[in-house]
Amino acid sequence: MRRTILWLPLGLFLLFVAVVIFQLRHGSDTTIRSQMIGKAMPEFALQPIVPGHAGLSLADLKSGQPHLVNVFASWCLPCRVEAPQLMALKQRGIPIEGIAVRDRTEDLTPFLAQAGDPFDRIGSDPQSRVQFDLGSSGVPESYVIDGKGVIRLQHIGDIRPEDVDDIARAWEAAK
Amino acid sequence: MIAEAGLGALWLAAALSLLQLFFGFAALKPPAEELGRSVRPIAIAQAAMVVIAFLCLIQLFLRTDLSVKLVAENSHSLKPWLYKFAGAWGNHEGSMLLWVTVLAVAGAAVALFERRLPERTLIATLAAQATIGLGFYIFLLFASNPFDRLEPPPVEGNGLNPLLQDPGLAFHPPTLYFGYVGISIAFSFAVGALLTRDVGPAFARAMRPWVLGAWIFLTTGITAGSYWAYYELGWGGWWFWDPVENASLMPWLAATALLHSVTVLATRDGLRAWTVMLAVVAFSMSMIGTFLVRSGILTSVHAFAVDPRRGFFILILLALYIGGALTLYGLRVGTVKEGSTFEPVSREGALVVNNLLLSVVLGLVLIGTLYPLVTEAMGDKVSVGPPYFNSVAGPIALLLVVIMVAGPLLRWRRDRLKALGQRLALPVLLAALALLALVLFAPGMHILPLLGLALSLGVGAGSLAPLWKRNLRRTPLFIYGMVIAHLGIAVSLAGMACDSAFTQEKLVAARPGETVSVGPYDVKFLGVEPIAGPNWTAIQATLSASRGGGTPFTLTPQARMFSAPPTETSETSIATRLDGQLYTVIGKPGDDGRWQLRLWWKPFVTLIWLGGAMIAFGGVLSLIGRVLRGRRARREEEEAYA
Repeated sequence: MRRTILWLPLGLFLLFVAVVIFQLRHGSDTTIRSQMIGKAMPEFALQPIVPGHAGLSLADLKSGQPHLVNVFASWCLPCRVEAPQLMALKQRGIPIEGIAVRDRTEDLTPFLAQAGDPFDRIGSDPQSRVQFDLGSSGVPESYVIDGKGVIRLQHIGDIRPEDVDDIARAWEAAK
Repeated sequence: MIAEAGLGALWLAAALSLLQLFFGFAALKPPAEELGRSVRPIAIAQAAMVVIAFLCLIQLFLRTDLSVKLVAENSHSLKPWLYKFAGAWGNHEGSMLLWVTVLAVAGAAVALFERRLPERTLIATLAAQATIGLGFYIFLLFASNPFDRLEPPPVEGNGLNPLLQDPGLAFHPPTLYFGYVGISIAFSFAVGALLTRDVGPAFARAMRPWVLGAWIFLTTGITAGSYWAYYELGWGGWWFWDPVENASLMPWLAATALLHSVTVLATRDGLRAWTVMLAVVAFSMSMIGTFLVRSGILTSVHAFAVDPRRGFFILILLALYIGGALTLYGLRVGTVKEGSTFEPVSREGALVVNNLLLSVVLGLVLIGTLYPLVTEAMGDKVSVGPPYFNSVAGPIALLLVVIMVAGPLLRWRRDRLKALGQRLALPVLLAALALLALVLFAPGMHILPLLGLALSLGVGAGSLAPLWKRNLRRTPLFIYGMVIAHLGIAVSLAGMACDSAFTQEKLVAARPGETVSVGPYDVKFLGVEPIAGPNWTAIQATLSASRGGGTPFTLTPQARMFSAPPTETSETSIATRLDGQLYTVIGKPGDDGRWQLRLWWKPFVTLIWLGGAMIAFGGVLSLIGRVLRGRRARREEEEAYA
């Protein structure tokens, strides 16, 4: 018994070293996981804002096919930056719907003309109500919604070229 | 050229430490005993080399030689010279070089002055010391070379983190390092004694001055660091239970326990295995402290010194040294004979309780500090803050303080409880009266500050009690040291209790011309003006404070903007009075011409650091007393032989 106790400090110390090595190897994970994943998209129906694009409601998304929903605004600079990536995703056959936050028709029309228009439908969210329900804290954010209206992916911030594959994969997986 | 000379000296020092290690351990076995004779000179030469390397680095910083990477990354030609000088160790590489320099100098001091220990144990000690040094030399030379050149050299340096541009920086880290290194010497003594199976009073007496010295530096470092955080960060607090603060507190707790157990070993030849264990634990805590600061594995305000790769290297060193020492402990300590025994009610008994309580506090702080690490490994994020530490460590600390009063009033070996009761009657009475008065006149105090304040009075009286009925002129210096240190604990405790019970805080948005009152003061906000310093600009508020219509005085808190690197800091302005401090901070401007002002009235808060200084001063007196007595004993011994 007494003999064993003498080795206890060493045992405790080795445990400490093991935990610390584990931590150093894995690095500290600073990613904050989205709380919205796996949740059903809330009920909503947004009015159209630009000619040529219908408004957006939950029923449009529950079409049996997954969609990419992009929360954006014409006044948002990163949204302009991510436009080419959205076009690339569109070319891969992914249907993209837009939610324009606190935007105006006269601003949005030239924005789409300049940056490109990958959207099928664009709903106007003048009070950020739907944005808020989606758990989105800023623009741009993008969601992969499966055919039953369940959120599969939340991408916070602009879509960088290196994110395109990940999002396309998430869309494939949501089929 | 200076950089190359420094690097060369560092390589030589590393080679000498390898030699010291090899000769030292070889000399333990009979055929190679001759080698032992060279160990002392090698230790001295090694120290000389690393001192040269360190002086080279300081010279590079003073000249702002930007072709040296470390200087370019951390210094700036416009910095005041004190920060150029202190900047030499205000970064990872420089601080590691300082560490190993102090280590080598301490090793040389052991080699030069230690004469009481049996020669074999001393050589084993120096060999252990060289092992520690060698690890850090390798670390410096291969993973953090302070003398690396930069090609081409930049036009201007990066500057030093403005939070560190403060006279406090010049002294806070070195002080803690001196403490850590002193503990490493105690550790080497313990390893040496285990290797030669020579754990006894002679070993304890040789180790004690180092433990005492380390403890003095740690006490000073923690006290100074606490005051630095208090006035520099502008948050009004003096202890935040930050992981790095804990990293300095834990070795202090272990060193405090060791200091007391080593006394038992030196005086009564008891607690042999336990003392060796504590020496290992104290060193582990200081290494873990260094590791936590350097690796960035825990999130902390000290995060300016973070690099995971280096953390890994320090971890390997840590595993080798501590793991090795604990293995040696497991193998050898069984062969260390039990020392002499004692009754539960005795000075030794009280010191054992003191040790156990200190260990419990140490354990709780360690658990609290590492808990986030463990839960994160399991995939859950938590942070452990002041509520945990205050509520678990606070009550035990109070109990510890009670034992601290009782201990010195007990006789060695055995005593009677009744006699102790008589000696303690006055302090207990004082504490009870204080408790009663506080409950009556300051109702609604929280339990910990209430007990703390009442106890501090009793403890203050009780810590003076060992001088009672003594011939004060013939009382040895180390008794005075103990009394002052224990009194310092009482003073510090009173300051902490007052601060947490009676502090008043005001956070207001004020227009120039408005008056805010906090505590006994009326503070008039006169206005703000921009001012410029050597490498910063600031918005400075002018406040005029007066107490009960007395003569007003001016306070000028600033919000500083540093240019290199661009950072904002807040400079507090503090008025110190006998009964407390008025602490002022200026914050952000509002849109409407109002400014955020943060004012505190902190009664008797200065007692916290005054107490800390007394504790350290008591340590210094003890150290002088012990060294003098040791000298006298040796002289008498020599005369007896002659």
